[in-house]
Amino acid sequence: MHHSIEINHLSYHYPDGHQALKDINLFIAPNERVALVGPNGAGKSTLLLHLNGILKGKGEIKVCGLSLNDPKNLAKVRALVGMVFQTPDDQLFSPTVYDDVAYGPLYQGLPLEEVDQRVKEALNIVGMQDYIHRISHHLSLGEKKRIAIATVLSMKPEVLAFDEPTSGLDPRARRSLIRFLKDLPMSMLVSTHDMYLVHELFPRMVIMDEGEVVADTVTEQLLQDTPLLEAHGLEAPR
Amino acid sequence: MHIHFLDPYQPRHSPIHSLDARVKLLLIVGLILTTSLMPIGAWTGYFILIAILISTEFISQIRFPYYLQRALFSIPFILAALPLPFITPGNVLAQFHPGNVTLTVSWEGLERLISISLKSWISVQAAIILAVTTSFPDILTAMRAVGVPRILVAVFGLMWRYLFIFADEVVRLIRARAARSSHLEGYREGKTVIWRSRIAGGMAGSLFLRGLERADRVYMAMLARGYDGEVRTLPLPVWKKNNSLILLFGFMLYLLILLISNLILQFG
Ligand SMILES: Nc1ncnc2c1ncn2[C@@H]1O[C@H](COP(=O)(O)OP(=O)(O)O)[C@@H](O)[C@H]1O
Ligand SMILES: [Mg+2]
Repeated sequence: MHHSIEINHLSYHYPDGHQALKDINLFIAPNERVALVGPNGAGKSTLLLHLNGILKGKGEIKVCGLSLNDPKNLAKVRALVGMVFQTPDDQLFSPTVYDDVAYGPLYQGLPLEEVDQRVKEALNIVGMQDYIHRISHHLSLGEKKRIAIATVLSMKPEVLAFDEPTSGLDPRARRSLIRFLKDLPMSMLVSTHDMYLVHELFPRMVIMDEGEVVADTVTEQLLQDTPLLEAHGLEAPR
Repeated sequence: MHIHFLDPYQPRHSPIHSLDARVKLLLIVGLILTTSLMPIGAWTGYFILIAILISTEFISQIRFPYYLQRALFSIPFILAALPLPFITPGNVLAQFHPGNVTLTVSWEGLERLISISLKSWISVQAAIILAVTTSFPDILTAMRAVGVPRILVAVFGLMWRYLFIFADEVVRLIRARAARSSHLEGYREGKTVIWRSRIAGGMAGSLFLRGLERADRVYMAMLARGYDGEVRTLPLPVWKKNNSLILLFGFMLYLLILLISNLILQFG
């Protein structure tokens, strides 16, 4: 069986010359949940944007055995990786919640009855079925985050790539988001500073700093290593 | 913190609200067309059109002042027509002599001014009824249905979606500036006009940059969900049989109004 995600010797320079990723190697098995932590500017968002070929660096990325170096795989990989961006306002670009959740399935070319069913299912999973005809602008941040997740769940992805899911949420919205992420069955690569979230949800943790992977093992072990965490601008949960 | 004043839509459960957006769009466009085809001085016709508008507004369950307030949009058109009484030749109504020029007000000119004012007020009022009783996503669907190109509709949709966010950002920037513009007793406040405009220019620039970055991120989010340069859309809602009837009735009414107005002017 192949790994869900396989990253070999990935490096990336932004067009302005700044090197955001340096020789990243990472393997994520099917159904594995991995937290990607590190200070601001470590390169977490940049790495996530590589997973479905939105950014293209040097090296190789395979998703479910499909190499992203082959442009023919791009559309398939984008259907396999559900990418949830940090700011829901960037992700919810359609006039209504329904249009947004239907967007992915529509572009997958599914028949319309199935698109409709996917929308309802996805909104059910995130507990927002009553918001189907609402207008995104009038929702709270916590609601928007949930809808943003629904927009990728409707594509039935194999992998969820999640950029800072709990940032900006109040404690209650954060708790309920964590509880609901816990129940999602796919493999996940989630970037975050929220060490409590890491502790609750992710058995494995990858620490990045200045574009490099500096640690990659069992979360419980890394959370004990206070000097390591502090060296990379992190804090163990109390 | 949200800005809502940009969104005129007022949700209610009225017959006007529940009318199919496509029908509403066509009826309103038809009404505006009829209004612009009305001859000058067709007072009966204007009166009927205004009666139609006011009864529609009444049925829509929205306070009348709300409509009146928004009808102020017609003022620029009326202002543009203001010189008409002075430049249209015809029967002299009055003459003024400010300084050594002579201003002549003609009957025909005054009639024109009043007609144009009424016509622009009617047109603006009609557009407002559409905007107030139809949610913008429905108007977008209606535009697509009547043949506005998909890409244009998609652009309108994005504009509408991000206009609010943009407005929120402007408010945040202005607040941030206000929070730092304190005033100490005995010192001159706010520096010079040049200094102030430099700050305003900086704010505009920063908004522009933020807009660009936002556009980049939205585009990435679209790509991530499969966008391939083509605009795909959901199917239109089903077209009920009585939609066609309502349309037919509406357009016949418009034709009738046009006919009557012209007849009255000719033989009345
Ligand atoms: N569009 C861009 N152009 C140039 N540099 C960028 C761009 N986006 C991010 N960077 C830089 O790349 C580095 C990694 O950024 P990012 O992946 O956003 O970090 P993180 O998500 O871990 O906070 C940072 O130093 C950031 O300044
Ligand atoms: Mg980031």
